[in-house]
Amino acid sequence: MIAQLIFALIFGAGIFFFSKRIAFISRNINMGRDIDLTDRKIERWKTMARVAVGQSKMVTRPVAGILHILVYVGFVIINLEMLEIVIDGLLGTHRIFSDLGSIYGVLIGAFEFLALGVLVACGVFLIRRNLIRLKRFKSKEMDGWPSLDANIILITEILLMFAFLSMNAADSIAISREFEHYVGTANLSGAFPISQYLVPLYSRLSDAGVIFAERGFWWFHIVGVLSFLVYVPYSKHFHILLAFPNTYYSNLEESGRLNNMASVKKEVDLMMDPTTDPYATAPPNTDNGEPEPPPCFGVKDGADLTWKQIMESYSCTECGRCTSVCPANLTGKALSPRKVMMDCRDRMDVIGANRDANGGEYKDDGKNLVGDYVSEEEIWACTSCQACVDACPINISPMGIILDMRRSLIMEDSKSPDSITTMFNNIENNGAPWAFPAASRGDWIKDS
Amino acid sequence: MNTFRVPTMAEMIAEGKSPEVLFWVGCAGSFDDRAKSITKAIARILHHAKVSFAVLGSEESCTGDPAKRAGNEFLFQMQAAQNIAVLNGYGVKKIVTGCPHCFNIMKNEYPELGGDYSVQHHSQFIATLISEGKLTLADDHPYKGRRITFHDPCYLGRGNGEYDAPRSVIEALDAELVEMRNCKSKGLCCGAGGAQMFKEAEKGDKEINDKRTEDVIETSAKVVVTGCPFCNTMMTDGVKSAEKTESIDVKDLAEMIATAANILPE
Repeated sequence: MIAQLIFALIFGAGIFFFSKRIAFISRNINMGRDIDLTDRKIERWKTMARVAVGQSKMVTRPVAGILHILVYVGFVIINLEMLEIVIDGLLGTHRIFSDLGSIYGVLIGAFEFLALGVLVACGVFLIRRNLIRLKRFKSKEMDGWPSLDANIILITEILLMFAFLSMNAADSIAISREFEHYVGTANLSGAFPISQYLVPLYSRLSDAGVIFAERGFWWFHIVGVLSFLVYVPYSKHFHILLAFPNTYYSNLEESGRLNNMASVKKEVDLMMDPTTDPYATAPPNTDNGEPEPPPCFGVKDGADLTWKQIMESYSCTECGRCTSVCPANLTGKALSPRKVMMDCRDRMDVIGANRDANGGEYKDDGKNLVGDYVSEEEIWACTSCQACVDACPINISPMGIILDMRRSLIMEDSKSPDSITTMFNNIENNGAPWAFPAASRGDWIKDS
Repeated sequence: MNTFRVPTMAEMIAEGKSPEVLFWVGCAGSFDDRAKSITKAIARILHHAKVSFAVLGSEESCTGDPAKRAGNEFLFQMQAAQNIAVLNGYGVKKIVTGCPHCFNIMKNEYPELGGDYSVQHHSQFIATLISEGKLTLADDHPYKGRRITFHDPCYLGRGNGEYDAPRSVIEALDAELVEMRNCKSKGLCCGAGGAQMFKEAEKGDKEINDKRTEDVIETSAKVVVTGCPFCNTMMTDGVKSAEKTESIDVKDLAEMIATAANILPE
């Protein structure tokens, strides 16, 4: 009974802290600018099914892709077993689903194979990160916490899978020694295809020791899972949830298309309209009669991002495929698309905490995403080639954010490299980025 | 065949004719010496294939692409409004252009601003001309059997998913097409996009076009083919700085087709 109470408490605490963090992140996402992505629902579901559920973009790099699928499938399916563990924990039963018949043994057996797959994949991932030291995992933005975060995730998964298998091994010893409580689970024949090899580790234990091991691993596993649940939304690992909505809200347009800013269109339309009264005051806002504040063009700080862009920043798992194909990064420039995503997320964490500490209203902390997190040097290095967009396994667009940052540099702060200013002037004066007279545009015709 | 007159839209309309296709030349195609020869090749191909076409001449103006990608949405939309007024004024329906940046922005970003046209990149247009038998190539031309690689322009390939048209044109040349290690959706940028063409690159350890040139050299191709005037400039500079001008030619698809069809002036 006490065990059940303790379990209920731990379980409740896990759910509570997880929900609290989720609420924080969704408040942060909701701080973003509005963008209407409610259209083309069928296409959106299909994109999600293909890219997130079907992992279609992961396998373009087969080694990482296939290992990732092992972990992904293992994670999703082994979590079915979590249902039983939670019910057992709350009711004080042991393997409550074992009454389902021989299918139960088959299921547990399948889980064991999946657990082995997860173990192997996580092991290889650790080797790739820490021994082979793939360049993709070693750029500057990965120093410190991000690398530690990755290792914590991998080691936790290994420990959880090991506990799961050990629990089964101890259980099978308990069955063979015909302990009360354990013998009833007769449907477990053939259920331990992997954990049978762990039996020698625990077979020398006394009867009490076996039960202690079985219970110990059971508790370690479930407490570990619940702690991991709380950890995940603080970590890059949050992609396991956000990948789904993030791909649902994918950009469905050609990746070459950059949105036309509606706020600018309004101004240009007014400028082009000969009936416009140039001295008219701004129309009042219907809510309170005050004129609408002038729009801020582009992205200067976190809340200037769209909610989708903020969602992207929380969905990013820092795999670095974007950075590894970025022409600027490949040639030693400061720009790393992955760092831009991490900066957006880190900035939103700060803005969100500030907002919550100030009664729901963000108080200016004198910092901005552009300048304090992402430098102008990074922003100007982008060639808008969309390689980062193509490479992202969950359809994040770092490029969209980078170009939105340029918009604020130009339209809010008039900050551009001199040669870019010259290019603007040329287009304004003679309709070409170079200083050639517009009248000579057709000169090539003469000697064709 | 050496001289023919490229009509402007204004001239055509004055004569009471309305051409099927507007050839959008673009700024590079109009002013850059190297790109001008691509423009001339496209014009000759259109003429040779008896396509009814015209250009805007001095009525054409920058699409606003470099301004937009550099963050100046105002300037872009002003340019777009001006161009759309001209294009709609002439009742243009179909546009072909030799520049993937013009192609992308008119195809994807102009419609919302009131400019809805069927826009084609010249590789697509030429591929259709060839498949419809409107353009025949000489039995013997310098690119037959030549080892050739194609550099995908970002705004044709990744940007608009067009990888096949330029390759089918190369196929029509009966050349030996070898792909670079990064091609199609994985193609490496030449370094000119996003307004980089108009500024110095940020501090780094290499120029992007030099990196891309390494990919070209690795294929041991004799010709690197582009479909974009900016890629052409970047690759030409890259080949030059790698001191490979003797062994590697940088050509636009249109130039090769015009050569193979024997329609370029000597």
